[in-house]
Parts: sequence; C-alpha cells; structure tokens
Amino acid sequence: MALDDNKKRYINHHGGKTYFLLGDEACAYGAIYAGCDFFAGYPITPASEVAELIAEELPKAGGICIQMEDELASMAAIVGAAWTGARSMTATSGPGFSLMQENIGYAIMTETPCVIVNVQRSGPSTGQATKPAQGDMLQARWGTHGDHNIIALAPNSAQECFDLMQDCFDLADTYRTPVILLMDGEIGHIRESVVMPELSSVRHTSRKRAERAEEIFGGQELIPGMIHYGEGSNVHVTGSTHLANGMRDVTTPHVHDELIRRIYKKIDSGREDIVRIETDTVANGKSRVGVISYGASARPARGAVKAARAEGKNIDFLRLISIWPFARKQVAEFSRDLDLILVPEMNLGQMSREIERFVDCKVIAVPKIGGVPHTVDEIHQVIMEAVS
Amino acid sequence: MSEPRHRLMDFVREEIMPHRFCSGCGCGTVLNAFTNAVEGLGLDSAEMVCVSGIGCSSWIPSPYFRADTLHTTHGRPIAFATGVKILRPDLTVVVIAGDGDVAGIGGNHLIHAARRNIDLSVFMVNNMIYGMTGGQVAPTTPAGVVTTTTPHSNVEPPFRVADLVVAAGASYVARWTTYHVFPLLESMQNAIKRKGFSFIEIMSQCPENYGRRIGLRTGIDFLKQFKEQALRVEKANGMSEEELKDRIVIGKLCDKERPEYVSELHRITREQVDKLKKEMGGAA
Repeated sequence: MALDDNKKRYINHHGGKTYFLLGDEACAYGAIYAGCDFFAGYPITPASEVAELIAEELPKAGGICIQMEDELASMAAIVGAAWTGARSMTATSGPGFSLMQENIGYAIMTETPCVIVNVQRSGPSTGQATKPAQGDMLQARWGTHGDHNIIALAPNSAQECFDLMQDCFDLADTYRTPVILLMDGEIGHIRESVVMPELSSVRHTSRKRAERAEEIFGGQELIPGMIHYGEGSNVHVTGSTHLANGMRDVTTPHVHDELIRRIYKKIDSGREDIVRIETDTVANGKSRVGVISYGASARPARGAVKAARAEGKNIDFLRLISIWPFARKQVAEFSRDLDLILVPEMNLGQMSREIERFVDCKVIAVPKIGGVPHTVDEIHQVIMEAVS
Repeated sequence: MSEPRHRLMDFVREEIMPHRFCSGCGCGTVLNAFTNAVEGLGLDSAEMVCVSGIGCSSWIPSPYFRADTLHTTHGRPIAFATGVKILRPDLTVVVIAGDGDVAGIGGNHLIHAARRNIDLSVFMVNNMIYGMTGGQVAPTTPAGVVTTTTPHSNVEPPFRVADLVVAAGASYVARWTTYHVFPLLESMQNAIKRKGFSFIEIMSQCPENYGRRIGLRTGIDFLKQFKEQALRVEKANGMSEEELKDRIVIGKLCDKERPEYVSELHRITREQVDKLKKEMGGAA
C-alpha cells in the first residue's frame, strides 16, 4: 500500500529520532510505519501495550484503533477491514491467540492479508498470566484446523519488533495470507533504544490487485490478486471450499485438493524470500557443537556461546528470525559438520523437534519453563557438559 | 421470443439458480422482501456489502444476493461487518444470518454492536431451530418442544432477541414474520436508512427440520400460525406476560437517534490528524 499523506506526515514527525521503547511499543510504531490502517484488539497481558500505544498514535496517522468484545471479534474485524483494502492487525497473547484460531483459519482460506501479534505467555490456559514463554511455536503453525501453511517471525529485540512489523505487513500482502509476529513476553516487555527511520528509507510492498473477480481465488496465478469491496465487482468471499471466482463448491474433490495445495504451495515456494536467519559460526569444520535459538532465548543463548568461546570452545550459533516456514535448508547446512545441536527455548522442546527433522546430528532441547528466561550460566553449563 | 426477465433478477446471482432452500422454507420470502427493499430504496448493489454467517439463512445473501459478499465463520458476521463498515462508512453494510448464528454462538457480538450503535443493518431470520444441522434446539426454541437434542422436551425458555437488542441500545429494532411481507419490506428500508444499529427479527419457518416435529408440516401451516400469533406492539404494550404467552409481538420496537459509532471514530481520527498537522506547522 502506498503511504497516504497522513502516514507520511506521521513518519516525518518521528523519523530520525531514537526512542526508548518496550518491545510491544516498538511493534506498534512499526505497524504505523508499515502503513497499518486499522487495529482491533482485546486487552491481555503482556500484549496490552501494543493496543495502548496504537490507540494513542494510530489516529494521528489517520488510522483507527478499536477494542472489540473479545479476540474472536478482533480477528474477524481485521479480516473484514482487509477486504476494503486496509492493512489491518491485532495483538494478543496465548489465551487470546487460542480464541483467534478459527478466524485465522478463515483468513488463510480466504487468502486475506493481515497481521497477528502474539506476545507469548506461560500456558496452557491462564497459566502464569503475566509471565513470558515460547509455548505457542507449534500452535502458530498448526493452531487452526485443516491443512494449511503460515508465516511467522520472531523478534529478539525492541528494534527488531519495529523492523519485523514492516516485514509482516509486506509478507501478508505479497503472499495474501495472515502473518504472525511470534513474540514472547520477555521481548514484549524489554525496554531498549529503537531508531525510527526517516520517511525516505521506508519501503512498502504493494498488494497485488486482480482485474477480474473471476480469478481472485485461483485461476492462472499461484498468488492471485485481490479486488476490494466497494469496487463494483460483486466479490464473493467464503471460508468454504470455493472456485477461483469465490463461489462455493464443497463437494468436488479436486476443487478442494487444488485450492488447499495452492494455498500451501504459495508459501512453500516463497521460502527463499521469507526465511530469515542470523548465524555466528567459527571457522568451518572446527565446531562440533552448535546452538540454535530464537526470540528471548536467543539472547542468553548467544551470551553462553560467547562465554564458551572465551574458554576456547568452538561453538556455532544460529538464530531463527523466521519460524514458519521453517528454515530447513539453512538449518541443514548449519548442522553439516556438527555432532550436536543444543536448542534453548522457553518451552519443553517445540522447535527442537522441528530442527531434528532436518539434521543428521543429535539435537538436544534446553527447555525452560516457569515464566523466567534462561540465564547465560544455565545454557553455558549445558554447552560445557556437551563439549566435554 | 425470450422469456420475460423478472425485474429483481439484477439483484440475485442468477447464474447459480435454482436456489437450494427446502420447499416451504422462509428464506425465499426474506430474499424476496430484501431484494424489493433494496430496489425500492434505489440502492446500487455496488454500494453494498452483505455479510453472513453459517446456517440456512446465511445463504440468502451468500450466494444468492448479488453484491460484495463476506460469508464468515459461524456466529461472527457482525464482528466481520464491523471491520468493513469502519473502513468504508460510505457502503451500506447488511448482515443477514440466523438465530443460532446471531443470538446463539454470536450473541456477544450482537449486544456489543447494538451498544456501540454501529451503522449496520442486521436481519436475523429466526426459525427457532438449528435447521441446517438437522433440527437441534436453539436459544430461540420454545420451551416444551421436542428437537433432536431435546428428545425429552426442551426445558429452556427462548430468548426474545429483539427485546434484548432494544435493551442493548440499538437505534432501530423491529420484529416481523414471513407472513407480514409488506411491513417487513418497509421495515427493511427503514432499517437501512436509519444511521445506527438496526435490527429486525424475522420470525420464519423451517417445515423440514422444525415444523415436522411440532405438527406444522408446510410453510403455509407456519404462515397461518404466524398470522394468529402476531400481535401489534401497540396492542401488546401493557399486556401481562401471561397474556403475551405464545404471541409474537410485531412492529417497530424502537427508532431513535443516537451518536453513531463509526462517525465518532472518524471524528476522533480527524481531530488527531488535524492536531498533528498544526503541531508540525501545516507541513505535509
């Protein structure tokens, strides 16, 4: 979407400044920079600060923020808004994310671009309400029913919350799909410096548009363009299995097969474009042990790798920035010379299983639950045990 | 010579006809009233978005009515419609869905939309049953009725949905039946014209999955009963609960002006934009 004058004015007002922000707040500013037009949400710790800052700031940039009666309604409202051409988003945490699953499935099935921020907290259920966790990694992948694919990114600093919001909106428009910013409470509530870019350095991907309503859900394109409401095309949007023109056909096997495989494939085929990782490896072939982590866990993990290196141990490090689609190729390459990969994560071993599927070496989860992140010492100790 | 074309065919997706409503179903009557109402208002369907949920009556707009259409998850059409209306206040946004959808699983969205007074028209087709799934008890099913999930009789009293929506703060609320087609048509037009939350509870019939269990085998049986049960709201006022038992109170239950939600949201945004403009000395 092109930034309109109101958004440009807002960015000009903030561009070039450095703010001291919570991860949640950085995410809110990032959304406005990304051209977000509409936010609908429901209060929940530790995600409420996203809504609070958006409520304060978005109207200044010409957008609208509302609080809905629950998370189901929030997710529904942003999908409705997206079909008018808006960039729309919501933000929540575990229990709310669970409630959104059905309408996330609707957004996937109707190929509706939108962004969901999940500031993960300790669960299941109410769990340790305010405490951070990374327990929704697989719910983000498989939370809604039926075969589907998803894009999810995991920031590990306030600055990255800001930066990745723009990636989220661009990916949502490029792949016509909901995109999840899979934060954790630790990153949501971390307070750090965030540099607000100048307007001249802000880049946006435009949503692809279709000319004929007959082909907005298929036809020749792997990722069809959209026609929005109010353009006189009698667009028909349904969560039921449908033909390229949006009309329901829930009985013909190949119609469902082709639709779902295409929705699956459009994200799979974009892997090279979507996957984001960061590596810090020692000279090739020297290391026998590697560490893979993401989000808040990646911070103490990196500290532990540094500490081990200071003691002469060659340890490789990889941080997953994109979680889904999984960086299978990059992780397989990373593992090539390794005997062992340690995976610190704030759950009982969710991404470690995914990593296991794509490497030949041994994978050991370094789990931590209880609402407190790993310490550098804890991970360092595991590394030292592994190398000895 | 080609067959004469019905004047309302421009308002339906002719290419997918014939429709799939059961014989005697009330949905066709509602579609008829709705297309007439839209035509009568001179509305261009290009300026409309129809939103529906899951259930038989959600098929009235999706796929049959020709306009931009959002056929949503079960119970959530009002919440989806909220997003559409906020971003495109210039479009007429109409929700047509059933009692199970709007007042059962989606009841929370209904009362909050009425409280906010968002400019939507919600036409709830109340057939007193979950028809599409085979005749299970609904929150609108009368007490004492046998359904597939109350085989020993329903012990719950039904919701009087229109009264609930009045209490929640809607601008315009009415109740009609599929027997009262002309007042229904006119009421739909008033609902669409009224800026604010408008709600019409349309008592309708499901001979297939409800009627056959209560001795009303055909659509006509239902219409006769609706005619007998109907009582004008003007007459009903002041009558006791006992006197109103088994009656359907029809007519306009409220029609008032209240600040409208979307206009208020846009007012705040305009104010905030202007404030920033001023702060920046009018710079772009």
